Amino acid sequence: MWVIVRLTAREVQRRKLLWMALALGFVFVTLFAVGFHCVHQELISQVGMGRSELQIFVNFFLTAGLYVINFLSVMMAVLTSVGTVSGEIDSHTIQSLATKPVRRWEILLGKWTAYAGMLAIYMACLGGGLFLVVHLIADYTPQNWLGTIGFLTLEGWVILAVTFLGGTFLSTLTNGVLAFMLYGIAFVGGWVEQIGSLMQSEAAVNIGIVTSLLLPSEALWRRAAHLMQPALIRSLPSNPFGTASVPSPAMVVYAGLYIVVLLAVGLWVFGRRDL
Amino acid sequence: MTNVIETHHLRKEYGEKVAVADLTLQIERGEVFGFLGPNGAGKTTVVKMLLGLAAPTAGSAQVLGRPLGDTAIRARIGFLPEHFRFHEWLQAAEFLDLHGQLLGLTAGQRAKRIPQLLNLVELADAAGRRLSTFSKGMLQRIGLAQALLPDPDLVILDEPTSGLDPLGRRLVRDVINQLKVAGTAVFLNSHLLSEVEVTCDRVAFIKEGRIIRTARLGALVEGVTEVVIQVGRVTPELLDGLRRWSSDLRVDGRRITMTIQDEEILPLLSQWVVDQGAGLYALSPQQISLEELFVRVVEGQE
Ligand SMILES: Nc1ncnc2c1ncn2[C@@H]1O[C@H](COP(=O)(O)OP(=O)(O)OP(=O)(O)O)[C@@H](O)[C@H]1O
Ligand SMILES: [Mg+2]
Repeated sequence: MWVIVRLTAREVQRRKLLWMALALGFVFVTLFAVGFHCVHQELISQVGMGRSELQIFVNFFLTAGLYVINFLSVMMAVLTSVGTVSGEIDSHTIQSLATKPVRRWEILLGKWTAYAGMLAIYMACLGGGLFLVVHLIADYTPQNWLGTIGFLTLEGWVILAVTFLGGTFLSTLTNGVLAFMLYGIAFVGGWVEQIGSLMQSEAAVNIGIVTSLLLPSEALWRRAAHLMQPALIRSLPSNPFGTASVPSPAMVVYAGLYIVVLLAVGLWVFGRRDL
Repeated sequence: MTNVIETHHLRKEYGEKVAVADLTLQIERGEVFGFLGPNGAGKTTVVKMLLGLAAPTAGSAQVLGRPLGDTAIRARIGFLPEHFRFHEWLQAAEFLDLHGQLLGLTAGQRAKRIPQLLNLVELADAAGRRLSTFSKGMLQRIGLAQALLPDPDLVILDEPTSGLDPLGRRLVRDVINQLKVAGTAVFLNSHLLSEVEVTCDRVAFIKEGRIIRTARLGALVEGVTEVVIQVGRVTPELLDGLRRWSSDLRVDGRRITMTIQDEEILPLLSQWVVDQGAGLYALSPQQISLEELFVRVVEGQE
């Protein structure tokens, strides 16, 4: 299996995927740093700005940045991995791999591991970069920042599990469309849940929960954002990146199970199909 | 274990379509076996089942003494797929190295074998080039090297010469002969009958998913012989009598051409013609080419 991991890692490097993504991410972090620096200067020059108020602004800015990273990671997860299984089947390159003394599950799991590792590195670089920028400029480190990166990575892995399962029986294009549609549904569902919880509509909250079960990506994002927000922000009623309805820790367990089950089904389908 | 491949009533359906109907086949250790048949006959499907790429709908098979689906045994099988496409972002030597790792070869074995194989397929100069820059024939050569990498007991080649120049074809022929000398069994799917004729020990003809004929190849295609008989007088009784030995009989003046299944009947045949008093001027067995046989078998003239 480790040969497949290495092979896939080399493919990602050769195709310059990771480098491109990291370069773009670096551009983003730099832009964020510049923007944040200006805003921060502005804020501290204002009189009457208390420390906790300042913290709210800083945290708000940080959450916005993380949201962009979150979106980038979802794009990255889907776009890099949609074709990794179906593409190899279509192009027949899989035939010379699957006739070697490796089991089918090793091929699939090896590939997944490589992509999951790449995503983790990507999230660590971008998320870590963002936290570092904020730390350097505003001397502020939010609580649980490591956990936040962890959850964002987990979110990427959930998406990867979806595209890997899809890749075992769908064409590359269908698989990509499906992944983005699921993400869109979860995204909208998340907002419905948020607004519903503000307006105390139980039906809306339930819709949100159902969509989170379908794809727990948005729920993980909200959990990640919630983790690093200080208590003061959490109590604010309206906040565009707010976490009015925070998914329970059970959602995290669910996400873990979600990955395991999807991959298991993927292995089952892939192990049985004709190549 | 004397058979490298043994199949029992192997069958494969793709939905409604029956790709392989009923295939029972034995291939011996060290044998070079040609698998022939028209397009769509099911040759590639058989290969895919033997290598575990496609699961049979019914029937069973053993490869190198192990049932289908045994992955460990694949370390001793070399395979060149029909649609040979490889990861083209790899360099040639790197490609062989990775496949060597997949086969479980040690670093030492790989370092020794890869340069040898690159030399063999005449790609030593292109070792550092990416496969994406390779031509079709070059890809086929590197694919052949990949098939030989494990130092296999069985090599399965699905149309190995389809993209090769005459030199490349000769290379494949030489490689197969070397494998034969080394006692490696070769399963060869090919449409190039002239090559099959010089390399294979035995051939099977498959049509619509069934083996319709197997024949051993020697100087002459075993079993089928054509005889041309020249007589003084052709009578209906004579022709009727000859039909006992052959259903395929053509008369052209005083020349009768007929196919027989067994050379052993030739003495009997000539004796009978002489006894008829027809005047036997000549009786000459003709060598029949594989291509001729292919056309007859596949078009169902037999
Ligand atoms: N994946 C598939 N789905 C449906 N039908 C298939 C599939 N693969 C092969 N077939 C059908 O099975 C039959 C046998 O195909 P196969 O590829 O084994 O032929 P072949 O003998 O290798 O032909 P060729 O000489 O053209 O390579 C064909 O009729 C083909 O259409
Ligand atoms: Mg074929």
